[in-house]
Parts: sequence; C-alpha cells; structure tokens
Amino acid sequence: MADLIALLAPGPTGWGDEILAGTWLTIRLALATLPFGLAVGLLIALAKRSQVAWQRLLGEAFTTVFRGLPELLTLFIVYYGGQMLLQTVVRLFSERYIEVNGFVAGIVALGLVFAAYASEVFASAFKGIPNGQWEGAAALGLHRGQTLRLVILPQLVRLALPGLANLWLILLKDTSLVSVIALNDLLRMTSVAVGNTKEPFFFYFVACMIYLIMSIVSSFGITAIERWAERGEQRRAMGPRRIAIGAAPS
Amino acid sequence: MNLDVLARYGPSLVHGLGTTLTLVAVSIACGGLLAIPVALARLSENRVVGSLAFAYVYFFRGTPLLAQIFLVYYGMGEFRPTLQSLGLWSFFRDAVNCAAFTFTLNTAAYQAEIYRGAIRSVPRGQAEAAEALGLRRWTIFRYVIAPQAAIIALRPLGNEIILMIKGSAVASIVTVLDLMGETRLAFSRSFDMTVYLYAAVLYLAVVEVLRRIWNMLEVRLTRHLALRA
Repeated sequence: MADLIALLAPGPTGWGDEILAGTWLTIRLALATLPFGLAVGLLIALAKRSQVAWQRLLGEAFTTVFRGLPELLTLFIVYYGGQMLLQTVVRLFSERYIEVNGFVAGIVALGLVFAAYASEVFASAFKGIPNGQWEGAAALGLHRGQTLRLVILPQLVRLALPGLANLWLILLKDTSLVSVIALNDLLRMTSVAVGNTKEPFFFYFVACMIYLIMSIVSSFGITAIERWAERGEQRRAMGPRRIAIGAAPS
Repeated sequence: MNLDVLARYGPSLVHGLGTTLTLVAVSIACGGLLAIPVALARLSENRVVGSLAFAYVYFFRGTPLLAQIFLVYYGMGEFRPTLQSLGLWSFFRDAVNCAAFTFTLNTAAYQAEIYRGAIRSVPRGQAEAAEALGLRRWTIFRYVIAPQAAIIALRPLGNEIILMIKGSAVASIVTVLDLMGETRLAFSRSFDMTVYLYAAVLYLAVVEVLRRIWNMLEVRLTRHLALRA
C-alpha cells in the first residue's frame, strides 16, 4: 500500500502532479463550458417560446438532437467535423494545415449537450413565472429586452437553479469524454500514469475519488448559491408587515 | 450524401446497433434486479446497511461511466490470478462482458434511486391499511406497494434507459464493436464524416422509438386513473 501511495507523490518519481494538472484542466473545461452552455440554452428556451414558427421548430429540433445523441458521438462530430470544416475554409486562403483545438471542440460539444438540457430547465422555469410579471413590466413601459433583463431573468434564475445544478454535476462527469480526443484531462493523465506504472485499479480508483470530491465540493457551492438566490424570498415573506406598521415613505 | 459509404458500412453499423441494444437490454435487466435490494437497503432502518447502499449509489452516480469502465476493464487484469482461481477470468477477459458488468453496476445505482423514490411516494396509509388487514410483509410489498410505485417509477425508468443507450457508446473506447465502435472503425477506414451522421440518425431513431413505446406504456398503465368522459 505504501508503495502505491508513493506513486502519487509529486515530482519525477510520482504521478501526483500530472494527475493534479489533469484535474485542473477538467475544472477549467467545465467552467469554460458553463457560460457557453447557459447562453445557448437560454437562447434555445426563448426560441421555443417564440411566436415565429420556424424558431420554435429550430428550438425543438436542437433539443431533440442533442438530448438524443450520445455525448461521445456529439464530441466526435464536433471534433472531426469541425476539423474538416476549418480545413475547407482555410484552404480557400492558404495551404497551411490548421488543427482544431481539442479544448475548444470540447467546450462546443459539451456546451451543446448542456444547452439542450438547460433549455428544458429554462422552459419550465419560464412557465413558473406568472403572466402578471410580463403584464406589469409592460404597464411600466419597459420594452422586451428590459422586461427580460430586469424583471424575468432575476426570477428565472431562482426557479432554474436546482435543475441547472444537476446539469453542472452531469457536465463535470461528461468532461471525462474529452480524454478520448487526446486532451490531457484528469482521466487521460490517469491513463498515462497507468500506462507507466501498470497499476490500473489503484489509479482509476484515485481518479474516481477525485471526481467524487469535485462533485461534493460543487454540492457545497450549489447550496451556498441557492441560499443566496433565496435570500429575497425570506425578506419578502417578512416584508409587507414591517411596511404596514412603520416605514412611511420618506 | 455518399451512398457508397452507406452501402459499404451500413451492414456493420446495423450489426453494431444490435450489439448496443443487447448490451443495454442485458444491463438494464440485470441492473434492475440488483437495484431492488439496493433500494430496500437504502430504505432500511439498519444504519450499516443503509450507509453501505448509500456509498454504492453515491460512487456510481458521482463518477464518470468512462472512468468506471476503465476501472473494470483494466483494473480486473490486476486480479487475474484470483479471478482465474475463481473461474471468472474468462468472463472478465472479454471487453463486452466488462462493459455489461460496468453498465449493470452503474444502472443499478440509478435505478435504485428511482425505485426508492417511487416506494417512498406511496402514502404510508396504504401499507398501514394492508397491515391492518393482516397481510404479510411480502404480500404488502408485492400487491399493494409495488403496483403503485411502478407507475411513479415508469417515466424516470424510461429516461434511465435512454441515458444508458447514449452512455453505452463509451464501450467503444474499450474495443467493444457496438454502434459507436463500428462507426469509429468505419471512419478510420473511410475518413468519411457521413458515417458519424448515419450513426447519429440510428441513435436518434432508437431513442425516439423508445420514447413512443414508453408513452404508450404509460397510457396503458395509468388507464384506470384517466378521467372518464
């Protein structure tokens, strides 16, 4: 057992630093995918609510495709397809050979899958916002963009948070797939360590534990964010009475 | 459209699809059998049993399927002498068996949570009333709790099967020639992107067919709950 632990030491003899570097890439990839996936997901959710027929159709098709395809297949299509597309475009201008960045391909593929699921979360969150909010905003003379940004989105975030938190935990696990397109993430660095030490069970178990730790830490973060998002709710529950008793407008 | 590629690799893709469906069917069925004791252990009042089941579920739901399959496929090799003496080595030597084994353990964890939630959603009064009628524990579970829980569990179970169909694509990484494996092989020979698109169409078709079957199943199972006009 002691010699196995020694294999995890940092430096030239152990694999601790390599595995940590892989973990860091996994975290960076997941964090970079999140804003992209959220933005696309929100756009798709808006498209599904649109009054224009083709936008609704596009939104539904997007969700059906990226929720139905294996994440691995999406990744390959983005990686190899993106490579060919880029090559065709570049060839118009020069003879240079340009390779698709695996990290970017990972963000795009994982982001598309994330967006497909997130759009469903947003869609049901939209349904949870009473019509009066839209009408009230319209009565105040806000236009569509303002209504969305100032009135709807702050409430939407709170309703969508539990669903999105779930998707984040799934995203964290799905990042492992990029190891297949030769990106040096946690799982791939673990495989490199296994190739050198011939200790597959130990190292893959360590990798699993690191994934578990990442999701446990995320859970704490999620709880904190949820508490932060709910803070207005608690205040509002106590609010009206206080206003009724005292607090005349100054 | 490149029809040459379809004519050339179509049959192997369909064969791969068969492997995928078999793999998923076996895993879901075995996983379902394993999930029931795990779900009951999670519901158990015994602390030790409960936390063991919790650890099992947490591990398999919290780690990537790809890492799990590596753990089994490469990790089992380390225990070769032990497995050989137990006569299990011939099972774990084959990548397909390793994939089925991993998927079974994985889906059992997810299914256990589905069944646990479904069982808990049946109102306590149901079990208490059955007890008052003098039914035995097993009879209560079999004829009172299980039928009501099944309706709750149906939809999440359908989602789990779809997730398993998609997830099973990682088996191709450990050399299993499922739909994804055949597709990668065809791509490495032809360098034609369209094979990936054909595979995409096949996966989407399977998921869509399953979704429809599940909708029909739900209508059928809940027909006594439907409002009569």
